[in-house]
Amino acid sequence: MTHFLQLIVSGTATGSCYALAALGFTLLWQASGTINFALGEMIMLPAFIMLFCVNVAGLSLPVAFLVTVVASMIVLGGGFKLLVVDPLSRHGVIPLVIATLGLSIGLKNLVRVGYSAQVFTFPALFSDDLLSVGALRVSIADVGTLAVAILIALAVQAFLGRTLTGRAMQAVAQNRDAARVLGINAGRMVLYAFLINAALAATTALLVTPVYLAKFDMGDTLGLKAFYAAIIGGFNNSRGALLGGVLVGVLENLVGAYISPGYKEGVALVLFLAVIVFRPQGLLGRADERKV
Amino acid sequence: MKPWQAGLIVLAAVALWLAPLGLRNAGLYLAALWVVNVIAGMGLNLTVGYAGQISLGQAAFLGIGAYTAGIMAKAGVPYALIVPASASLCFAVGLGLGFPALRLQHHYLAFATLGFNMLCYLVFRNEEWLTGGTFGLNGVPRPELLGMRFGRGAEFFHLSLVILFVMAALMALLLRSPWGRAFAALRDNPIRAESVGINTTFYTLMAFAIGAAYAGVAGALFAPLVGLVEPASFTASISLSMLLMVVVGGSGRFFGPAIGAVVVVLLPEWLRFAADWYLAIFGFAIVVMMVWLPGGLLSLPARLARR
Repeated sequence: MTHFLQLIVSGTATGSCYALAALGFTLLWQASGTINFALGEMIMLPAFIMLFCVNVAGLSLPVAFLVTVVASMIVLGGGFKLLVVDPLSRHGVIPLVIATLGLSIGLKNLVRVGYSAQVFTFPALFSDDLLSVGALRVSIADVGTLAVAILIALAVQAFLGRTLTGRAMQAVAQNRDAARVLGINAGRMVLYAFLINAALAATTALLVTPVYLAKFDMGDTLGLKAFYAAIIGGFNNSRGALLGGVLVGVLENLVGAYISPGYKEGVALVLFLAVIVFRPQGLLGRADERKV
Repeated sequence: MKPWQAGLIVLAAVALWLAPLGLRNAGLYLAALWVVNVIAGMGLNLTVGYAGQISLGQAAFLGIGAYTAGIMAKAGVPYALIVPASASLCFAVGLGLGFPALRLQHHYLAFATLGFNMLCYLVFRNEEWLTGGTFGLNGVPRPELLGMRFGRGAEFFHLSLVILFVMAALMALLLRSPWGRAFAALRDNPIRAESVGINTTFYTLMAFAIGAAYAGVAGALFAPLVGLVEPASFTASISLSMLLMVVVGGSGRFFGPAIGAVVVVLLPEWLRFAADWYLAIFGFAIVVMMVWLPGGLLSLPARLARR
């Protein structure tokens, strides 16, 4: 029983990493209807910028984080929107999917040849100490990651649902023309979404990289799991991303321990396929007019 | 088709047939690998380019075909049976993959097929009793057909070329038949297609199944060509490069995969000294191309002429 609970606890911690990455996905989707297949790289790149700031430029971690957030908002937020998404938006979804796939290959290999193909350790935000709760052992880092993930999910949800700007962003996502008629500056709202997404990605990098270690292809699994988590939980709901991420993390751990470690990686896929066939709007999502 | 186009095709076919004269072993291997990729790419082009269903699972079908071919060849089954067997198995599995496509579109379909590819990879890697696990199937023999053994480079290349020509001819026939029109209708406007009496369910399933069968044929060539069938050859990233191959060449254009396979399969091998930079530049070039030339390289002449 303890073993079982321990698996759930550590699965929740992994799952909160997935959830953090998934939040950016849902946000960009809710606010601009953009699908970003280079999501994993948008976490990998800030991780390397931060690493560079700490190791080479000698900055402290908080300063490095702030620098990274700014750089990420400029390059991966504004730059990405201006250079990739804007010119492609009139062509429909598929060209954008392919372009972001290309971007993902490009960024990955740019870091590999331009910086290094090696694995780097990353300064941890939380200490690695273990807390004992009864027979269970929980690391402070795991609790911290989960707490931050929950906090960000709630904050994003509140921002989109409660503030005027957030609601305007949702309106733009649902019907850009109608939003414009209502006097909403659609272009600016979409830009906000990209900037917030980039800042979120940098935050995710800060929390996830100590666990995943910085490597040029660290975004591969992360990006994929994040997308599955987002769909499973419900694409138009930030809490859904949280639920989906944790669900995937926990089930992976259970399958790895009780069924077969070889098929651990397949859990997210099976869950994903089940959800899109039986409940395409996701577990927490509400059905809308969008094609699924 | 205009006469000069037909002439160009014949000329290209002859040049391909004579290519082994100027190639050594490594070159022949690459040329045959190009053929394998073109066949698989043609199938994917049907699914993606003509029928408009995005698929990131073509490498899985290549794998299913290759494992089928490898296992059967090692059991001593004649090659004349292996090719149809690989194709039919892929056809059946592709039909199965088509069902989610009936409900999903765009990026959902992209991720569902990507997931399918990863599941197949896990099966290839984990079911050691069947697939040999991580180490794969070793020593798949080169084929024998009609009493001839296609062992050496040039012989095998010519065999694969013949299969390529047959598959290309079948594809051309298919595209010129009412089926080809139905696929295009499905891509351009599914609702209108249905309203004029096209059974969209049937054609969506067929787009996946036939596309997969082409990958199966390619796999039946891939296994004896490489001699080693291992899971690493059929990862999701291989599927991704196949999709990019179709897109780079020009999706929905008959000769798109042939051009795309040069860019995706041959160029990285030739530029091996700069392989990593090549991939970095390739990735960004895809972005630029989608912005500036969404129709692929084959749309370049028309694009330039319009200026």
